[in-house]
Amino acid sequence: MSAAAPEPQTNQGKPVPRVDARLKVTGAARYAADEPVNNLAYGLLVTSDIARGEVNTVDLEQARGVPGVIGILSYGDVAEIAPPEFGNASYTSLGPLHEKKIWHDGQIMALVVANTLEAAQEAAFKVTAEYDVQTPTASLDSDGAEVIEAKGNTERIKEYPAVGDFAAAFAAAPVTFEAEFRTPTQHHNPIELFSTTAVWSGEELTIYEPSQNVYGFRSAVAKQLKMDASKVRVLSHYVGGGFGSKGPMTPRTAIVALAARKFGRPIRCVVTRQQGFTTASYRAATRQQVKMGANRDGKITAFSHEGWELCSRVDNYVVGGIETTTKMYGYGAVASKVSIVKLDRQTPGYMRSPPELPYVFALETAMDEMAEKLGMDPVEFRRVNDTMKEPIKGKPFSSRAVMPCYDAAAKAFGWSSRNPAPKSMRDGDWLIGMGCATAIYPTNVAASTARVTLHADGRVRVQTATHEIGTGVRTVASQMAAEELGTEVEKVEIEVGDTMLPPAPVSGGSNSTASVCSTVLMACNQIKAKLFEAVVKAEGNPLQGKDPDELTLENGVVLAGDGASLPLGDAFAAAGKASIEEYAEFTPNAVPKDAVKKLYDGKTSMAEEDKREKAMFAFGAEFVEVRINARTHEIRVPRIVGAFAAGRIMNTRTAHSQLMGGLIWGISSALHEETEVDERNARYVNRDLAEYLMPVNADIKSVEVIMLPEVDTDVNPAGVKGLGELGNVGTNAAIANAVYHATGIRVRELPIRLEKLLAMS
Amino acid sequence: MHPFAYQRASSEQAAVEAGNPGPGVRRPPTEAAAQFVAGGTNMSDYMRLNVTRPDVLIDINELSPSAYGHIEADSAGLRIGALVRMAEAEDHPVIRSDYPVIHDTLKLAATRQIRNMASLGGNVLQRTRCEYFREASFPCNKRQPGSGCSALDGFNRRHAVLGVSDACIATYPGDFAQALIALDARVEIMGPQRRRTIAFSELHRQPGGTPNVETGLAPGELITGYVVPAGPHTRRSRYVKTRDRESYQFALASAAIALDLDGATVKDVRIALGGVATVPWRAHEAEQLLVGQPLDETLARRAADAAFAQARTREHNGYKVPIGKETLVRALLETQAMDV
Repeated sequence: MSAAAPEPQTNQGKPVPRVDARLKVTGAARYAADEPVNNLAYGLLVTSDIARGEVNTVDLEQARGVPGVIGILSYGDVAEIAPPEFGNASYTSLGPLHEKKIWHDGQIMALVVANTLEAAQEAAFKVTAEYDVQTPTASLDSDGAEVIEAKGNTERIKEYPAVGDFAAAFAAAPVTFEAEFRTPTQHHNPIELFSTTAVWSGEELTIYEPSQNVYGFRSAVAKQLKMDASKVRVLSHYVGGGFGSKGPMTPRTAIVALAARKFGRPIRCVVTRQQGFTTASYRAATRQQVKMGANRDGKITAFSHEGWELCSRVDNYVVGGIETTTKMYGYGAVASKVSIVKLDRQTPGYMRSPPELPYVFALETAMDEMAEKLGMDPVEFRRVNDTMKEPIKGKPFSSRAVMPCYDAAAKAFGWSSRNPAPKSMRDGDWLIGMGCATAIYPTNVAASTARVTLHADGRVRVQTATHEIGTGVRTVASQMAAEELGTEVEKVEIEVGDTMLPPAPVSGGSNSTASVCSTVLMACNQIKAKLFEAVVKAEGNPLQGKDPDELTLENGVVLAGDGASLPLGDAFAAAGKASIEEYAEFTPNAVPKDAVKKLYDGKTSMAEEDKREKAMFAFGAEFVEVRINARTHEIRVPRIVGAFAAGRIMNTRTAHSQLMGGLIWGISSALHEETEVDERNARYVNRDLAEYLMPVNADIKSVEVIMLPEVDTDVNPAGVKGLGELGNVGTNAAIANAVYHATGIRVRELPIRLEKLLAMS
Repeated sequence: MHPFAYQRASSEQAAVEAGNPGPGVRRPPTEAAAQFVAGGTNMSDYMRLNVTRPDVLIDINELSPSAYGHIEADSAGLRIGALVRMAEAEDHPVIRSDYPVIHDTLKLAATRQIRNMASLGGNVLQRTRCEYFREASFPCNKRQPGSGCSALDGFNRRHAVLGVSDACIATYPGDFAQALIALDARVEIMGPQRRRTIAFSELHRQPGGTPNVETGLAPGELITGYVVPAGPHTRRSRYVKTRDRESYQFALASAAIALDLDGATVKDVRIALGGVATVPWRAHEAEQLLVGQPLDETLARRAADAAFAQARTREHNGYKVPIGKETLVRALLETQAMDV
């Protein structure tokens, strides 16, 4: 055991090393664009230089003249395919080659295909366009923005969570707080670039593409290509990070597939880092208004949270973090609202903890500010407002360990050594600040399917079209199968990321471990039931006549309650089988009855909150120390501690890694990341990894993750809450609160950069 | 990618001959059809971004290692060959002990992986990171003379406040050059016609009305090495680099200091500023204020005010004046406190 592989506590699984660790560190695990394909041609996108206007002409002549060019798809060449449909499987409804109108910077205008990548690059450079340029609207405060309410205009927001009379409660509150918060545009920037490789074999299409949603991609691309989804296979064996950007498909995929058919060649199109900023989704910038009222004893009596989210002209995308923030504490009266602000930008989308990261920043900074107004310790302020029932509908939490997380993290951090006065702690030229915040993430689970095969020699095969996006799902699903079938993880072979396998939900919303492990558990139980049934009926073995319900399978031996036993191989022999294969369909509570059918059609059905009897969330508490140079104002984070309770932990190693990565991501969202936009032309400026900042190794010092034992049997059969998106929630607020403690300056707009602290000197 | 021929130069003469655009060509060397390449860490970027589209790449890595690949150190100073890699100079024991400001500027630049590749000849010629320069679809006077400057009224958080013009505010991005200009280094240059040596401070050109002309090099001229004179100030020398993250970022503001003290009194001081100017920037006004005076925070602050007296800011880079000054104050005081 080590820091990276913590000793499992109650309800926590062994820190089994990742089953694909060796493949990954040796480079043997292939990205989609590394899959060997014969007779490959190379495609490259050509994108617009303007954000709004009309393309008059695209001149392809020079490009066609570049030696090695096979062909170019542009306007007028895509009549055979339909534009995408906005939804979970396609991030936008914009068919960029279907119309000459430009809706955002870097919109696809052509796909150049050539025998070599270099020829495609040169030809793409030689494509020129003439536009009727119109002045675009770039950001939330720009002229020309269209503001519409999320309710009534989006699928996601059906009502604004509210309870009681907020206005009256706020007016009557003896202590009130009110402020505006802002979070920036951010891009996922997974290390693996976006890519599509399309290979036709007669009428059948194979697509290699990094995806968090292979069945969704399959159905979306088939619809666009007007073909039967059963003729399409999508493969995504290993994904080099997605963070939501590879959840929905982008318009590129169908265009590449069409080009491959037209030009009669397999085509691989890798999107450049720069183009990745404009041809896929991103995290929308937000503006938020928080109002809070409290009694002098610290009890919150009124809370209001209103958000405005940046969006495109063409789609109505919203994240709406009010669904979460309004349930965080026992507030009293609550009001909330979300609007979307339509601009000349591409459609935003999911990015790790889509609603929670921006909205909890506002809430948890506000909590710190209110605690200060009340003269309370910020931890105690949260304790006073802790609740075991969510305040909107009064549903009990299935489990909630906010304060145990605070207590564990505060102790590990040494919170008691903090002098609460701002600007009171210093080490030489470095001001020291300490802050904390709550982490929260909804517990999602979705309908899923899997096939599991147990062989007489103890080998197991697990097949499910989930996605290895770095989370370790291959490992935890293998562990579940090994545990349930009484064998070793090394004997489990797992296949994922392929639409030839039984479907699994989109790998988003931190549902995969819960959904996939619950399904594997179900399939394993079916296998055992079949085996036990056969063994007790078979003549001449020690288990003959036993009650099959009392048999168990452990360490390669079938055991009866009375001590009778039979090695697995003999049990299979007695049953007259060499192997047992079982297919399981897992339909959790609170999903539609036809959820599995929808899953085959590429649509994930998550359990619906309204239909659940309890409120289900994972929680955590995070403590941060910042150091800020008194002269030059650089902000550094020497240490961060997070304590989390997320139900059953399948594997303490992979869970620790995810939570640690989340904390680092949180530091990034607080201090580093921002996609910078040129206000005049609505174009992104910092489109590379040198200028789009995120922490480097030198920025990350001590990161401590504590996983509290928690048992929650309500959430799903596996008892897993999901924690991939928990660790990075609240971190930005903890840092902002620490920055305030160090400097006395409240920064309510992320990222916190040194120029925002000029007032300190 | 623009098709190009690749050739290896076996000698200096062959290199400069291959780089010679011929008589009558007046374009600056950055626009020449033939480009030298050593580490390739920048050239490959420019080519992929279509910022530079050379027809010929002349690989100079095989030039005489004795002349190009070595660091010579004696009582007169240093001679650093142009093909010495950043990491080699960073690790050199004499540079570490006697010229710490050079060590600092290298150690705090880029990443170790890049420093293992990048040559010091190419290093000082690294072109600006101005986002509008690097994206070929934006107007840029440096890339396309006369097309206009997108940065003046664009997003200019990382842009320069010193040495700017109405045609260009692009920041000179490097660190090593600040050490060279502070230490009064000289640059050895080999050209098609002749060899020459110039002061490092003469190498770069402020943008003025011709931001496409970045240096005083003629087409085909090759930097062969640097000479850094020894002096009582080199051991007490230091580089402070202010940035948003701890590593792998160009300076928002930086200061290279070399200081000769008599007790608290400044006998001699050299100050260069990075991240805030269009070229490697020597702050002579600040130096003059310090010489002969006892160095303390008040004096350091006056020097910093003098260094930025001519600063011209735009919408997003106003902070570079106060942060640049604080960086200089910090660097001066930390250099004073060095144990040498």
